[in-house]
Amino acid sequence: MIHSLFLVNSSGDIFLEKHWKSVVSRSVCDYFFEAQERATEPENVPPVIPTPHHYLISVLRHRIYFVAVIQSEVPPLFVIEFLHRVVDTFQDYFGVCTEAAIKDNVVVVYELLEEMLDNGFPLATESNILKELIKPPTILRTMVNTITGSTNVGEQLPTGQLSVVPWRRTGVKYTNNEAYFDVVEEIDVIIDKSGSTITAEIQGVIDACVKLTGMPDLTLSFMNPRLLDDVSFHPCVRFKRWEAERILSFIPPDGNFRLLSYHVSSQNGYPVGYRSLVAIPVYVKHNITFREGSSQGRFDLTLGPKQTMGKGVEAVLVSSQLPRGVLNANLSASQGTYTFDPVTKMLTWDVGKINPQKLPSLKGSMSLQAGASKPDENPSINIQFKIQQMAISGLKVNRLDMYGEKYKPFKGIKYMTKAGKFQVRT
Amino acid sequence: MSASSAFSDEKGGSSSVGEPEYGHDPASGGIFSSDYKRHDDLKEMLDSNKDSLKLEAMKRIVAMIARGKNTSDLFPAVVKNVACKNIEVKKLVYVYLVRYAEEQQDLALLSISTFQRGLKDPNQLIRASALRVLSSIRVTIIVPIMMLAIKEAASDMSPYVRKTAAHAIPKLYSLDPEQKDQLIEVIEKLLADKTTLVAGSVVMAFEEVCPERIDLIHKNYRKLCNLLVDVEEWGQVVIINMLTRYARTQFLNPNLNECLLEEGGESTFYGSDADQDEDEDEDKKDEALSKRKPYVMDPDHRLLLRNTKPLLQSRNAAVVMAVAQLYFHLAPKAEVGVIAKALVRLLRSHSEVQYVVLQNVATMTIKRRGMFEPYLKSFYIRSTDPTQIKVLKLEVLTNLASETNISTILREFQTYIKSMDKDFVAATIQAIGRCATHIGEVRDTCLNGLVQLLSNRDELVVAESVVVIKKLLQMQPEKHSDIIKHMAKLTDNIQVPMARASILWLIGEYCEHVPKIAPDVLRKMAKTFTNEEDIVKLQIINLAAKLYLTNSKQTKLLTQYVLNLAKYDQNYDIRDRARFIRQLIVPTDKCGALSKYAKKLILALKPAPILESPFKDRDHFQLGSLSHLLNTKAGGYQELPDWPQDAPDPSVRNVEVPEWTKCSSREKRKEKKVEKPFYSDSEGESGPTESADSESDSASSSASGSEQSGSGSEESEESEERSDSDEEEEEEEEEAKKRKTQKKEPIEAVQQSESEQSSEEEVKKRKVSIPPPRNVSESESDDDDSPSDSSQDSESEDSESEAEVKKKKKITPPKAPTKPVKKEGKKEKKEMSLLDFDDFEPTPSPQVTPVGNFLSSSLVTDLEGLSLTDTVLSPATISPSGSLKSYELLHRITGEGLWVEYCFSRQPFLPDPHMVAVQIQFTNSAATEAKSLRLEEAKLQSGMRVKEFPEIEVLPAGESATVVMGVDFCDSTQAANLQLCTHSRKFFVSIQPPVGELMTPSFMTENEFKKEQGQLMGMNEITEKMQLPERCQNEHAIVQRVIAAANLSRVPCGSDKECRFAGRTVTSGSLVLVTVATKESGPSQLTINCEKMVIGTMLVKDILLALTQ
Repeated sequence: MIHSLFLVNSSGDIFLEKHWKSVVSRSVCDYFFEAQERATEPENVPPVIPTPHHYLISVLRHRIYFVAVIQSEVPPLFVIEFLHRVVDTFQDYFGVCTEAAIKDNVVVVYELLEEMLDNGFPLATESNILKELIKPPTILRTMVNTITGSTNVGEQLPTGQLSVVPWRRTGVKYTNNEAYFDVVEEIDVIIDKSGSTITAEIQGVIDACVKLTGMPDLTLSFMNPRLLDDVSFHPCVRFKRWEAERILSFIPPDGNFRLLSYHVSSQNGYPVGYRSLVAIPVYVKHNITFREGSSQGRFDLTLGPKQTMGKGVEAVLVSSQLPRGVLNANLSASQGTYTFDPVTKMLTWDVGKINPQKLPSLKGSMSLQAGASKPDENPSINIQFKIQQMAISGLKVNRLDMYGEKYKPFKGIKYMTKAGKFQVRT
Repeated sequence: MSASSAFSDEKGGSSSVGEPEYGHDPASGGIFSSDYKRHDDLKEMLDSNKDSLKLEAMKRIVAMIARGKNTSDLFPAVVKNVACKNIEVKKLVYVYLVRYAEEQQDLALLSISTFQRGLKDPNQLIRASALRVLSSIRVTIIVPIMMLAIKEAASDMSPYVRKTAAHAIPKLYSLDPEQKDQLIEVIEKLLADKTTLVAGSVVMAFEEVCPERIDLIHKNYRKLCNLLVDVEEWGQVVIINMLTRYARTQFLNPNLNECLLEEGGESTFYGSDADQDEDEDEDKKDEALSKRKPYVMDPDHRLLLRNTKPLLQSRNAAVVMAVAQLYFHLAPKAEVGVIAKALVRLLRSHSEVQYVVLQNVATMTIKRRGMFEPYLKSFYIRSTDPTQIKVLKLEVLTNLASETNISTILREFQTYIKSMDKDFVAATIQAIGRCATHIGEVRDTCLNGLVQLLSNRDELVVAESVVVIKKLLQMQPEKHSDIIKHMAKLTDNIQVPMARASILWLIGEYCEHVPKIAPDVLRKMAKTFTNEEDIVKLQIINLAAKLYLTNSKQTKLLTQYVLNLAKYDQNYDIRDRARFIRQLIVPTDKCGALSKYAKKLILALKPAPILESPFKDRDHFQLGSLSHLLNTKAGGYQELPDWPQDAPDPSVRNVEVPEWTKCSSREKRKEKKVEKPFYSDSEGESGPTESADSESDSASSSASGSEQSGSGSEESEESEERSDSDEEEEEEEEEAKKRKTQKKEPIEAVQQSESEQSSEEEVKKRKVSIPPPRNVSESESDDDDSPSDSSQDSESEDSESEAEVKKKKKITPPKAPTKPVKKEGKKEKKEMSLLDFDDFEPTPSPQVTPVGNFLSSSLVTDLEGLSLTDTVLSPATISPSGSLKSYELLHRITGEGLWVEYCFSRQPFLPDPHMVAVQIQFTNSAATEAKSLRLEEAKLQSGMRVKEFPEIEVLPAGESATVVMGVDFCDSTQAANLQLCTHSRKFFVSIQPPVGELMTPSFMTENEFKKEQGQLMGMNEITEKMQLPERCQNEHAIVQRVIAAANLSRVPCGSDKECRFAGRTVTSGSLVLVTVATKESGPSQLTINCEKMVIGTMLVKDILLALTQ
């Protein structure tokens, strides 16, 4: 399946290679570099590149290309999904997945890759099993290792691979037993010029951090499970139980994991009463005009909250790619700071918190290239924001119960709404 | 093994403190600058007896390997440490060994004995790891050792070791393909393994070593299906892909009949572009009609579909895609829709995932547009999407375009045209062009829009528009000479060569539409000829030639001038072309022969280009595969086989059952299942799930299957039946007897046991009394007070059993000869009758389940509402007026002995899906023969259409004949007034449809039903209270009566207090949803949701009447 893996940084250097079968010369990456040159943007490099003898499948994460070399038919998603899993594992181990982090931990990286694939076929990709095999480097452990010369490799054998609950290691012990769940929803919206919503959908996840002793069996129920119509689960969730009772029942992995992700859309055939499922928490008033013959353009933008159920809209960041003809922007913000990069023509406005009494606005003029005709496209505005303590879809956890263990765990649940791809066309 | 013990181990293991110079971080800059000189230090360190030094050295070596540095000269020093006690050193040595053993084969042999020792270790993990490294060393000499090790490990007690053995198989195979035969034996053995741990790995080995040995799968098929949910995700992908191929070789195409029938309907439902090839379709249909047989889904096929469905919920995109392609390639059309939602969900994932998913969606949308239509907006493009994603989304949007949504799509395209990403704008213009060619109604709108774009400031946009306009104009040039004129003017401004060339070609091609402008354009072009690009020059020559032929008076000189210029052009292509054209059009004495044909050659009518999706016909590659993505066959790609004509013997999948599963009580097992919904046991050494529950269940199912089909003993069948009748309280004694003599078909039994296995609730549900499908249809025909006489009734019954017998024969060929002789004889008689029916029933449409079957389908359907086609066992082939109500068209007396009756056969009318099939029976009771019976349209309401039946030339006295005609009632109950003609007379007759016949059943799931119902509220909903009579209280009776009253299909429903039905009106395809809610006390409620209020009101009346009578 996967023959080799090359890691390529943004300047086009191969800084790590790993082979699971016979060695493939790194010159195979030349085809990749060619494709990279052809693509104008880094994300436009095609994920699958055929070469005379091999196929290159690559993913781009954290400005590093993970290029897998394969030789024969294999579902491309299989490889892509695996590469993303590799990145996730690195992130899990080193906190960040950067070139420096990988270089610093090259031995751990190598050991991880060795365990994750056997002869190119995935062997252990569950982070719990991996952590049992290879201990993640922590500052303390690095120090101890330096002094004592001991190792990152777990002394134990990978019992997790034999377990019936492969995602959970055995013999977990904590003095404080706690289980936290974060319901995070991202709202993707396209709003057209006139302010009407073209599409709106919510992508939600429930991330968990469970630190419980032993083999706890948890159930999580919702006030309104009907919302969860389109879901995908962590393998630990018992699917039958969900189908029958709409209750999440699972033996959790140890530590951080994504319990489920779900998708709520406003468009796909919900009954009429449910049409307002996706409430849009902010509105934008905009007036961006260019006049023919004049070298000035007007820019006027006001933001305001709506349907937020009294929760504050925070960390608002507005960005817009202005047309190429714009030389400079001379604006004044009622709140926050703005920057305009004359090279990339990117306008960014860090608004901060929206105060409903005094709505933030950004007004002023743009200067255009003299003599150039008026740009015929209007920029679209991308907005980011956060709303704490609210899930915009209205999803609410009803209760969390634990079976199988005697102690009383500390339970916590947090809600948050974020802007995903929130785009306003002007 | 706890964390604390590990900690103390760590402490204890560190005896010495590393020397400071080596103690620094192994991966810090120092390592990366290390060079060959320092290898001596490394050797020294490796030779030392301190573990910490060795480890340090190994870390640095591995870091060098990672950077691609050659460290092969260290091989001897490293390989010595293979037996090192320190586990990390050992691991790193393994890493090194696997990397370099291939280059240093002789030295690598030194390490072998260590691994051989490891293979015998009592600890399973050490055994596994030894096998893993041993098999990873690519040294040919040790092939026999590897073979031996694999064979031994394949029968190891520990499933983990067996898994490792499975992994080792492809390694050995790639090292030495000669070993294939022996390896296949090992694979066969491991395939029989019952643990989830092994399943994925061994199927992977199977795919790499012997994907053609599909026969190895038979015995393990059911087990694999049942284990699938618990296999790890990567294994799931491999297994699902393999099973897709398997199913294609073993089962029949579930859509064979449907696609023939529904093709017409589909096109009118969803779009237009199938219009032009309708004729072809019809030909195909006729051809295939003859081959058609009633389709019954193999229960194993159903098993696969059912067990993969939950995996659509997987977090792993590859698994979701694998299931999606399985459904796309294997599922009946009505069920494929479930994958759309899951695929749309994947669009939120990483852009690489989006890229692959969109490619596949693009292919699917070409075949099954309806599936993704509700998700149209999910494919809308954001300015932040990468260009390659934008272009793919555009492709999908274009494929989804139909008359109904084209306006929204075009509006969306308008925004895209303003985008800053010019490549994307160009792609959008192409997309508009394609929409315009496919949807005739918007062609002019699109054309106008594109013409407006011609004044765009961006030249690329203009150029692309010109190219697309050129293609569009070619379709109907005569209407658009003004556009051609407009484009001619553009030649002054536009500089993009491709666009200039396109304009010139257009003017030349349609010069007779613009006779005044064309020569002038040529004049201008001649002026600038020398400065033009090559493609433009070629087109100038072309234009000159065409004008010379049509308008030589004005352009003779110009043409010669151009040709002269071209003669001395630098490009040989242009010089050649000029020479060729000159010889062709300017008559000389040398080659007069050719110039005669010049006009024909140059001004030939050119076919309009067909703008096609690049994804057309890509689905002959298995979706989700690399080959599909690249649209070329990748190495090692296994073709997706075509469906077989006849299903291979399904009994090959039967497995002998161990004794213990038989005796263990079903109840007990069920309980266990509830308690432990997944993974049965949890002790360390004893290993992972043996998956006792699912295994035994499947075994028992197959047991009953094999009993039925294999043994053929009368007794076992009888007992099977008894157990059935125990469950079914309503079953009548008499009928049970009848059935016993008739012999029940095995299919049903297998199905039954299969559904038993599936889940407890289901069993419960069944116990609430749900008769098996056949039973219902029988009682149906008995109860019904249809005018059909008893002989007809029994006849249909006979043929029914005939169909069953046939079925049985097909499924269990070995059994046929043991059949009693009596039966043989009976069968022959029946065969005759079958033929008879075929004769006077010109439109046999077997899969159209007549009345009773809709009940049965919903009954056997498990909760998923899947098996609609499963149960079409009953006498679908022949359904004469048996249970159908007949109406008189012409009375015997008025017709002077000719007696005509009609009934609504409820079968789709094949030539036109918008018509209701009306079956007409002529009986000649006169003394003389009637000649040339035919229908003529007399006065039809506006919009109504009639498709007459072929003329009956002669109807001898005392004979009768049946024909089928189609009437499009335009969804109204107005009568169709017709003229019935004989050779001597004309009769005015009229056919009046009951409202219930104006619809066709529509299959939907409960959720879909609710969704649709939610959209048809308010004015579209009619509710009526009623008091049901005593005998109408049970679900059974309600279903029967509703379905008798209206041609609807039952929708599976969770509660037994409600019955739901769905259909669509024949002409407009508007949904008709019926809900009957019964209450313990008080009146029941009938709700009808229908867009057409008139239909709704009338239907309420009819159903009310049917229920309360």
